[in-house]
Amino acid sequence: MRFDTPATTNPIDQLKVVGRPTDRIDGRHKTTGTAPYAYERHDVVPDQAYGFVLGAAIAKGRIAAMLLDEAKAAPGVLAIVTTLDMPRLERGMMNAAYLFGGPVVQHYHQAVAVVVAETFEQARAAAYLIRVDYEPEAGKFDLAAEASNAPLVGDDSGEGSSGPPEVRVGDFEGAFKAAEVKHDESYTTPDESHAMMEPHATIAAWDGDQLTLWTSNQMIGWGKRSIAKILGIPAQNVRLDSPYIGGGFGGKLFIRADAVLAALGAKAAQRPVKLALTRPLIANNTTHRPATIQRIRIGANRDGIITAIAHESTSGNLADGKPETAVSQTRLLYAGANRLMAMRLAPLDLPEGNAMRAPGEAPGMMALEVAMDEMAEKLGLDPVQFRILNDTQVDPENPNRRFSHRDLVGCLRLGAERFGWDKRNAQPAQVRDGHWFVGMGVAAGFRNNLLTKSAARVRLDGQGVVAVETDMTDIGTGSYTIIAQTAAEMMGVALDKVVVRLGDSSFPVAAGSGGQWGANNSTAGVYAACVKLREAVVQRLGFNSADAVFADGAVRSGNRSVALAEAASAGELVAEDFIEYGDLAKTHQQSTFAAHFVEVGVDALTGEVRVRRMLAVCAAGRILNPKSARSQVIGAMTMGVGAALMEELAVDKRRGFFVNHDLAGYEVPVHADIPHQDVIFLDEVDPMSSPMKAKGVAELGICGVGAAVANAVYHATGIRVRDYPLTLDKLIGHLPEAV
Amino acid sequence: MRSFTYERAKTAIEAAAAVARTPGAKFIAGGTNLLDLMKLQIETPTHLVDVNGLKLDTIEPTPEGGLRIGALVRNTDLAADERVRRDYAVLSRALLAGASGQLRNRATTAGNLLQRTRCPYFYDTAQPCNKRQPGSGCSALDGVSRQLGIVGVSDACIATNPSDMAVAMRALDAVVETVRPDGAGRTISIAEFHRLPGDTPHLETALEPGELITAVTLPPPVGGRQIYRKVRDRASYAFALVSVAAVIHQNGTGRVAVGGVAHKPWRIEAAEADLPRGSKVVTEQLLADAKPTHDNAFKRPLVERTIGAVISQARS
Repeated sequence: MRFDTPATTNPIDQLKVVGRPTDRIDGRHKTTGTAPYAYERHDVVPDQAYGFVLGAAIAKGRIAAMLLDEAKAAPGVLAIVTTLDMPRLERGMMNAAYLFGGPVVQHYHQAVAVVVAETFEQARAAAYLIRVDYEPEAGKFDLAAEASNAPLVGDDSGEGSSGPPEVRVGDFEGAFKAAEVKHDESYTTPDESHAMMEPHATIAAWDGDQLTLWTSNQMIGWGKRSIAKILGIPAQNVRLDSPYIGGGFGGKLFIRADAVLAALGAKAAQRPVKLALTRPLIANNTTHRPATIQRIRIGANRDGIITAIAHESTSGNLADGKPETAVSQTRLLYAGANRLMAMRLAPLDLPEGNAMRAPGEAPGMMALEVAMDEMAEKLGLDPVQFRILNDTQVDPENPNRRFSHRDLVGCLRLGAERFGWDKRNAQPAQVRDGHWFVGMGVAAGFRNNLLTKSAARVRLDGQGVVAVETDMTDIGTGSYTIIAQTAAEMMGVALDKVVVRLGDSSFPVAAGSGGQWGANNSTAGVYAACVKLREAVVQRLGFNSADAVFADGAVRSGNRSVALAEAASAGELVAEDFIEYGDLAKTHQQSTFAAHFVEVGVDALTGEVRVRRMLAVCAAGRILNPKSARSQVIGAMTMGVGAALMEELAVDKRRGFFVNHDLAGYEVPVHADIPHQDVIFLDEVDPMSSPMKAKGVAELGICGVGAAVANAVYHATGIRVRDYPLTLDKLIGHLPEAV
Repeated sequence: MRSFTYERAKTAIEAAAAVARTPGAKFIAGGTNLLDLMKLQIETPTHLVDVNGLKLDTIEPTPEGGLRIGALVRNTDLAADERVRRDYAVLSRALLAGASGQLRNRATTAGNLLQRTRCPYFYDTAQPCNKRQPGSGCSALDGVSRQLGIVGVSDACIATNPSDMAVAMRALDAVVETVRPDGAGRTISIAEFHRLPGDTPHLETALEPGELITAVTLPPPVGGRQIYRKVRDRASYAFALVSVAAVIHQNGTGRVAVGGVAHKPWRIEAAEADLPRGSKVVTEQLLADAKPTHDNAFKRPLVERTIGAVISQARS
């Protein structure tokens, strides 16, 4: 099905199933331990051996030799494959780091060997016996030191934020110089780790030249092509299966060392091999969100109308890596005739920077929305009003191009009302509650909506059960449930008559989970397949397709009603289709919008920051399931608090690695950090997005949160911190004296 | 984890003798720290002597009016004990500020005293660390050191002791009771129990090889407002940037021990006479010899401010 004109009324609009706050259909499996994750799939293939990955102990250099005698002789060892056993392997899609092969060490904890043994403990003990003779080389590990030489580099995050190296509209420099009120500040965000609960894990088994990977991966189609490319085998010889995923956040968009080394280990040991990356390897072996240094300049007239806006971001990466597209949202969020956006990329020898939840916007909004707060104060304007004043309904770079639907103003107004923003004292550092300074902050949320092809197959059997098969993944988001809701709505059956099978590369290729594109595109693909199945049903039952109604497990036309199951009485009906898109995303800008409100307390003596309450108001098209969408936004808000207050991969700039490479050192919020959170979805549809009229929401929830926290800290204390995370050491020097 | 042998000891003396006679042997009780370190091969014991069966898990009054806490009393049970909550509230509060419910259920009193540093370089076996591998150098000194020590540090090591419980015990003048492999017992004051790093950061306590902690005694209750204030980057389940265990009397006098700043709970009794004069003057004495790094220089004002917060709380 090609979607190239705005959606009109369709069966989804009945909203009998779609749009309801249905419990997750996989919830029982999740809560009873019967949803097996990759490492726990003990039954898929017999005789599984254990793999353990050894990471490089240097950040840059070469391996001169590896001594394996002791390791090979260790108890239980079945095989050892080292990086010296083969030339450097190809890379998979959209990755900069080489995962294995050859003597060159590109970054710390790059995989240099895999040991396969009868037990996990044996594999691990033997791996520690491998003696590696390194020839270290000096590397570049300090973004701030390299920033001044970083060249302009454009790119596409692959996740919805993109841009050329430099964008100029009008005359920024002239307009900024002439502006009556100006703001010019730099902001930094640190490297961050996905820190998902489930580590990267894979079971690999070979059957002749056929490879099966039971793995944990967000993008099955990409994964299949990538592992084939890396191993140099035909893609049709590979099957990936990833039905349950314990969090990804972009860290599992790609094939990483777990899959490659499980496959190589299995080949060498001639046994199926299961392998998980240990927690210390997650930080330095896999990908992370790169640090940024961002400069923002805003010029406005005294009435608060922005006349000039510039956002420049510098990040670092390995050779062939991408810049963090942190300026992307600034191209679209606010009006202003004179504009400059630029991205610079410094070559670094740290591990690979790549996509993490809302790449680009997440760190970009952390800077832009603090700058907007600072500018509002300079103008003497309320920060909500200042944002409303500079709203745009068109793409500022191309005013003929409108937003498909944009209600940022609605989010800000409703949020302000619900949060009690009118009670906020415009002066900072005025409210005390015991030993706490209390403050409120606001930020806009913005994230693009991506349209991408997505396919599905639907089956109808003689019991009237509808089965959906697609390689779409559920990374904890609720894909199973919204896909079931879509099929139930389309086929007129109850939710318990729908079976959903996901994550298997033998199913039709779906959008996958990333860039908050999963929900809208994958359900639109299911919609397309269901339209075909409806046609097959109508034809089989001898109805006139134009007026057949699918409802209550039956097909009805005029006075005639036939049970849906009848259509499959002579055999299963199968339909397969995909959604693909015309030019609607080109003719109209498709984005999602939010307003984030946060109240914090800052301890007047110690500078500890604790969030007291949070509200997100989201405008993201039709919400397919308000319950799972709310969970997504709450999780994103929580991650936003982490980014604002504690998350930072600490770089050792001499030795070139992230030092705090476990969950004791890399702190993410715990329950005690997260107070009452409210989420409101504006009741809206976006007919430009797909027949579902839905858009993404899961990454919108993080975009802007960090800035709202930072603005609340400023409002509480009068202290403006522009270096994330806002830890107490950056505050205490400015707080009142102790007794 | 390297393979190791294992035995269950039946008596404390037997346990001590078993560890003393086996090179590379260690005691295991709760295992909440040791097992993690073994998985990473930071600890590589050849033999484990399990002391969990030694019945050292009771809390008894002492003839002097104090409490004798068995070495195997779990942190959860110690924190919940009515006498501890009533008479030694700072200890209960310190325990509950540490780790998580699950860990406290397993962790023992003696094991808590023996837990090892959380310096990130100690945890990465590819990095030099004098504590893990004597003579290899200290990576932290010029590295990432935000969490690490500012006082009592040496050129060989700036690690901190991560215990909350020990900070409260230091404020309470606890005494560690041990038994040695020859069966002789002795007592070690908590002040003497943990060592400063000096040139031998791998030696962390006054215990001799095979010497087993059997109990920790608390002197009779000292009264006062008993406060444990732990400052950290998140609200729970994190090690202290700085913590303060304090006993403050109505006249403003009292005791104060500081965690998160040194290789041991940090207390200078002579400084406490100045508590009524406020946190600044006390801190100046406590940290007179401090040598912070660039990363952790904030701990000096943070100590002063946290002591200030504790004094304020005591007055309220």
